[in-house]
Amino acid sequence: MAAINDKDAILEGLAEIVNEIAGIPAEEVELDKSFTDDLDVDSLSMVEVVVAAEERFEVKIPDDDVKGLRTVGDAADYILNAQLSTQS
Amino acid sequence: MNATNRTVVVTGIGATTPLGGDAASTWDGLLTGRSGVSLLEHEWAADLPVRIAAQVAVEPLTVLPRPQARKLDRSAQFALIAAKEAWADAGFTGPADGTQVAPGRLGAVIASGIGGVTTLLEQYDILRERGFRKVSPHTVPMLMPNGSAANVGLEVNAQAGVHTPVSACASGGEAIGYASEMIRTGRADVVVAGGTEAAIHPLPVAAFANMMALSKNTDDPTRVSRPFDKGRDGFVLGEGSGVVVLESAEHAAARGARVYCEMVGQGLSADSHHIAQPEPNGRGIAAALQNLLDTSDLKPAEVAYINAHATSTPQGDSAEINALRRVFGDDLDHMAISSTKSMTGHLLGGAGGLETVATVLALYHRTAPPTINVDVLDEEIKADIIVDKPRPLPEGTVAALNDSFGFGGANVVLAFRR
Repeated sequence: MAAINDKDAILEGLAEIVNEIAGIPAEEVELDKSFTDDLDVDSLSMVEVVVAAEERFEVKIPDDDVKGLRTVGDAADYILNAQLSTQS
Repeated sequence: MNATNRTVVVTGIGATTPLGGDAASTWDGLLTGRSGVSLLEHEWAADLPVRIAAQVAVEPLTVLPRPQARKLDRSAQFALIAAKEAWADAGFTGPADGTQVAPGRLGAVIASGIGGVTTLLEQYDILRERGFRKVSPHTVPMLMPNGSAANVGLEVNAQAGVHTPVSACASGGEAIGYASEMIRTGRADVVVAGGTEAAIHPLPVAAFANMMALSKNTDDPTRVSRPFDKGRDGFVLGEGSGVVVLESAEHAAARGARVYCEMVGQGLSADSHHIAQPEPNGRGIAAALQNLLDTSDLKPAEVAYINAHATSTPQGDSAEINALRRVFGDDLDHMAISSTKSMTGHLLGGAGGLETVATVLALYHRTAPPTINVDVLDEEIKADIIVDKPRPLPEGTVAALNDSFGFGGANVVLAFRR
């Protein structure tokens, strides 16, 4: 259950970041939403989202991995895994 | 008219300036002789040799949506606000889609003297203090000099051309001149054109102060910008933007647009005298005025008003009047002259845009704005300077000029008629 709570917390954090950068209301930032198609986050703003997420969740997201993060859920999973792998 | 000499008219105006957040409030400020100059209250200004400036009356972040504003340099924020106003004022609803104007027949020409200087300096601070990863990915499109033109072009869907002439304080004038040529020669039917600047930051303030361009007067800030006054000692840095919509007369008539006035033409020259000093006799300015007369059907007899470049520097103001006298001779006696920089400060690359808006409105309302703070008119200024109160302009068809000159020796004179 701890992992699910973590993912909720990650979603909440990502929602705040997307709200700050793209102005989308936080409650509209859902796991199945595409950054580009649904949330008005273009490729430059995506770099901002990534840098903000790195700082907030204390993970590293290499540039090569960013293009794999199509949806908010992709990013949440990536961050969750990165956190778990740093812990282990 | 053939495709290479089409008549150009002004159909929209917009501005955000030290006097107001739009063209109407700016115009009201100009007519009442209100100064937009104030003390810089920022902590960074405390130790500067010059601590006054003409800051915009309405902060752009209170007007633009934050997600949009944060991707724009302050100069582009101003330009976008002024351009949106001008676009709507011209009667256009939404981006060009072919119903009111074809995207391929629409251009944008927005100039800045310095470009995204505050972005450059702020991001450099971030680089040094927080490391390269924290430098904004929007930095390059924010600091590039054509950032304002590009963002305005995107806003209206301009596809005929998006341009940025750069000639320091003549940039705004040059942009509007360039835009008029796009229409006159048939490249475009509608062009959104103007200038913008946002350089009230310690580095530009220190740099302009060190080159002795800024007034060091420490009296009441509203009294420091005093073009043509005997005690003038330099300009006051301003910020903001002025934008017009230019259109071919034919296109404007076809869509039933309100026409403010005709844009008659432009005159251009270069001093080739000094990198930052004006040629003291006004030789280059006179050449630009002559170029205007040679390349348009403007007659000196019809010029009723001149919005002078006059920035309140000892040399520049008198060089300009000398040049006007040299070219117009006795005709200058029936031309009323004012410098609205006495109220707005000097918007650098934004000046030609703002002052074109003022010139267009002077023709439209038949009222020329005054110059304030002329306590003792310099005896070298042998011309009819409008002081303190607005001046009614004659009925019938009259013309008005807007002068803009820039470091590097660029001279631009724009002519309008109604």
